[in-house]
Formats: sequence, C-alpha cells, structure tokens
Amino acid sequence: MESRFPNRLLPYLLVLPSLVVVLVFLIVPSIQSFYLSLFRVSPFGNVLIFKGLRNFVTLLGDPAYLNSLIRSFFFTGFIVVVGLSVSLGLAVLANLPLAGVDIYRTALIWPFALSPAVAGTIWALLVDPSTGPITYLVERATGMRINWMTNGDLALLIVTAAATWKMLGYNVIFFLAGLQNVPKELLEAAHMDGAGTFQRFWKVTFPLLSPTTFFLFIMNSLYGFFEVFGLIDVMTQGGPGKATDILVYKLYEDGFVNFRTGYASAQSIVLFVFVAILTILQFRFAGRKVFYR
Amino acid sequence: MQITRTQRALAHITLTVSILLIVFPVVFALVTSTHSFQESFSFPPKFHVGSHLLDNYRAAWERVHMGRLLFNSTLISVAVAAGKIVLSILAAFAFTYFGEFRGKATLFILILITHMLPLPIRIVPTFELVEDFGWMNTYYALTIPFFASATGTLLFRQFFLTVPNDLADAARMDGAGPMKFLWKVLVPLSKTNMLALFMIEFIYMWNQYLWPLIVTQSNDMRVVQIGLKMLLAGEEQAAEWNVIMAGTILAMLPPLIILLILQGSFVKGFAMRQEK
Repeated sequence: MESRFPNRLLPYLLVLPSLVVVLVFLIVPSIQSFYLSLFRVSPFGNVLIFKGLRNFVTLLGDPAYLNSLIRSFFFTGFIVVVGLSVSLGLAVLANLPLAGVDIYRTALIWPFALSPAVAGTIWALLVDPSTGPITYLVERATGMRINWMTNGDLALLIVTAAATWKMLGYNVIFFLAGLQNVPKELLEAAHMDGAGTFQRFWKVTFPLLSPTTFFLFIMNSLYGFFEVFGLIDVMTQGGPGKATDILVYKLYEDGFVNFRTGYASAQSIVLFVFVAILTILQFRFAGRKVFYR
Repeated sequence: MQITRTQRALAHITLTVSILLIVFPVVFALVTSTHSFQESFSFPPKFHVGSHLLDNYRAAWERVHMGRLLFNSTLISVAVAAGKIVLSILAAFAFTYFGEFRGKATLFILILITHMLPLPIRIVPTFELVEDFGWMNTYYALTIPFFASATGTLLFRQFFLTVPNDLADAARMDGAGPMKFLWKVLVPLSKTNMLALFMIEFIYMWNQYLWPLIVTQSNDMRVVQIGLKMLLAGEEQAAEWNVIMAGTILAMLPPLIILLILQGSFVKGFAMRQEK
C-alpha cells in the first residue's frame, strides 16, 4: 500500500492509545492467567505454590467441573442449533416481498437490545412456580405443576430458552443482511430452470449464505460460553443442585466466591482453548469462502 | 421473485404468530408492571392493564436508587462507545493512510486479538490489576479497560479503504496535514459507520454485568443490570413481580430506544458488510 502521508512517527502515535489498552487490560492479564493456572494461590494472594499442571489434572477429574462442561455444551449447542434455525426461518420469511415487511423486520430484531439479565428476569416471571403464565399453560395442558426451582433439568431448559430468545434479534439482523447480498439473478435463473421454492433455498440461498451462518455460529458460541453470566446470576445462581452451573458461572464462583485463584485461572485457560478452536475454524473457513465470491 | 398467494398468506401467518410469541414475554412484563401486588400474585395470571403503574415505578426507583443506577449506566455506556469510536478511528487511520510502516502487521494483529480474549479468560489478573491501580468502585474501572475495539478498527479500516485516494492527494496538494484530513474529510464521511458502532457499543456496555459486579461494591457505583439482581434479591417470600418488572422495563428502555433510532445506520453501516 502506498503512503498518502509520508510521516514516520504519526502512525505509531495513532495506534498507541488502542495498543496501550489492549496490552495493559487484555494481553498481559491473559498471559498472567496462564502463569497463575500453574500455581496454588493463598486466599490473600500473598503466597504462590507451584503446582505445574496439577490444577488441570484436578479440574478434568472433578465431577463438578465435568458436570459444568456437559451443561455448558448443552446450553451453547441449543442456542446455536435451535436459535440459528429459527432465526434463519424468520429472516427468510421477512425477506419476502410482503406488505408491511418493514414492520415485521423491526418487530423481529429488537430483542437484540435486551441484556441477558433482563431476559433472565422476565423469564423468571414467566415460569414463576406459583404465578407464571407458562406454569399455568403447562398445568392446563398436562395437569402438572412444574417447578423449575426444584427440578434441575427443567431449570437448565428454561435458562437455555431464555438465552436463545434474547439472541433471536441479533441473528435475524445478520441473516437479513446476508439474504440481501444473495444476487437476485441467480434466484431468477434457478426459477427459470424449474427449481421450486425449497430447491432454490437449499441449492442457491443456503450455500451463498454460509459465510453469514458461520459468522453467527461463532458469535452464538461465544455468547453461549461467555456472555450469559448475568442471565444465570439473576435466574438460578447455578442451581438447583448445580444444574445450571455453566462454565463461566463456575469460574466466577471459584475465583471470586471461594477465592481459589489458581484453580479459577486453570478454568480460564480451558475457556481460552475453546476460543482458540473457534478462531482457527474462522480462519480456515474465511479461506474457503473465496469459493463462493 | 414471484410467490403464490398461498405462500404469501402462510408467510404472513407464520411471521405474525412468531412475532406474537417473541413479543409476549416483554408485553407480559409491561402488563405486570401496572398491577397491584395482589393482581401480580394471582393464578391464573391476569393479562389486563392495571392502575398501579406509577406506584410500581416509584417503588422500584426508590428501592434500589434507580436514578443513580440509570445515570451510571448511561455515563459508562456513552463514555465507552465514544472512547471506542475515537480509538478505533485513530488506529484505522494509521493502518490505511501511512503505507507499510515497520511493525504494522504485528500491531494490527495485536488489536484484532481483542476478539480472542473475552473477560472470563483473564478475569482474575484484570481484577487484580484494577485493584492495584486503586480503581475499585470508580468510573475508570468501568470504562477504560473497554476502550479498545477490534470491531471498530476493522469497520473503519474497511470503510477508509473504499474512500478514493484522490481525496487524500487533493488534501495534501492544498497543504492539509494528515490530522486535518482525518478531521475534515474522513470523520464527516464516516457518520453512518460511527452511528452504527455507537449503537452496538452502547448496547454492549449497557448490558455488561459480570465486570461491574466484581469491580463495584458501593450502591452509588452500581449499574442498572446489577439493580435487577438487587430487586430480585430483596424477595424472601413471594416475589413482588409488579415492582421487579417496573425496574426491568426501566433497565431495558434506553438501549431499546437507541436501537429503534439507529437501526437503519446499523444495518447499512455494519451488518451488511460484517461477514465479508
């Protein structure tokens, strides 16, 4: 790239503010997480005992952690699979030339503005064991009074549903944008060749949409693993009986309630491995995307 | 593209039913925030609009000092959104108008790496750092660690690459320096992108929960998200859903209003080019 403004010092000065923030608050603390994960730290942080990889051995043999892993994978997997399928379906419909389509679009994307904590509070109201409308509907339909405060698997299902609901708006925004990038001529051509609605979707639209779908797969995975702390904290605090104790919640408890700093840092590193895998996938896929463009 | 009348009707019905289902939780929350305690405690649940709206909002407002919480959330969300815009415009400018300076690729990767390091990965050391700085319970802790933005840097870089080079050449001919060019030419051209980024980052910051929870303790430094937990935690017996929902509606209104105002810029300036 040619330089438009020959100036040796200025580019560094321009990058400096971002660089300082990134180094001080992101990169250095991340390296420290690696370092701390090799130690046992006394509760006041003044004594470090080297443990090598034993924190990780303890972690992967800890039934409470394995429980947390399995529940996190269910939670995030559900958000990705169900959330993306529903959002894609809605976006495809809202992309049709219908009367009032702008109203439909706005009505679909607003949950993007809700926070996980707001979503959690509202869903706690919906499923309140003695007054909630969902509790009422289920009782009318099945005769059973459900209580998510005592039934762990039900609690997990409900926090998952709340988290998925909150993400619909975000997904629809990006699917709609992606759908508008699908060339109309290609769809017309497929139509001329006698492809029906479903064939046009699966053979033309869906493959062309794959960069958007993949982008959303990454963003929803990150959301499921990292951004739902507030939802869990207002709804269940990880309970009942650790049924909703997903990874980020367990990390918080060990680091900031039980003060097991080294152990919590080892959990941070496991989470880092997940992000690293997602990032590698993203780079791999970004290379292949050229095929479609 | 032609669709049949049946398909059109089916699309309308499916969309309407889905939207009603998606909207229902918030509508029910809104309705509950108008009920008296007795009404909110009835089973089967009541769906009529009650007459206690003002009482409930006043109760929520007083119970957790909602005014202060809303002020704090607004302050940090505006500050972080503005900070991210400024820092990422400066960085993007450096990456697009100064050719191949030494270490450019490394610096670019260092800023993009932000995406790979969400808070939970570095939470303990970042907390200790902020503690060492003496920033606990301050606005510094709630804003400065968030100022860098990989999203913003990428967004503005991509946009600057589409700006014709002639503009910079013409500015230089006229004797304008780089900063003047940035301020007089690029910044005004970037308005849509700035609004889009403002919207995402405002909402992002408004909805933060974990970091404000651990770096603030005093009630006058808490943010509105934590206020929800405070409202819920006060409940020993039956939840006073009418008051809790009044607080919840207050907590969700500001980002919702920003979204409705700025969604156009967001779709044009951000979503349409994000996955490219």
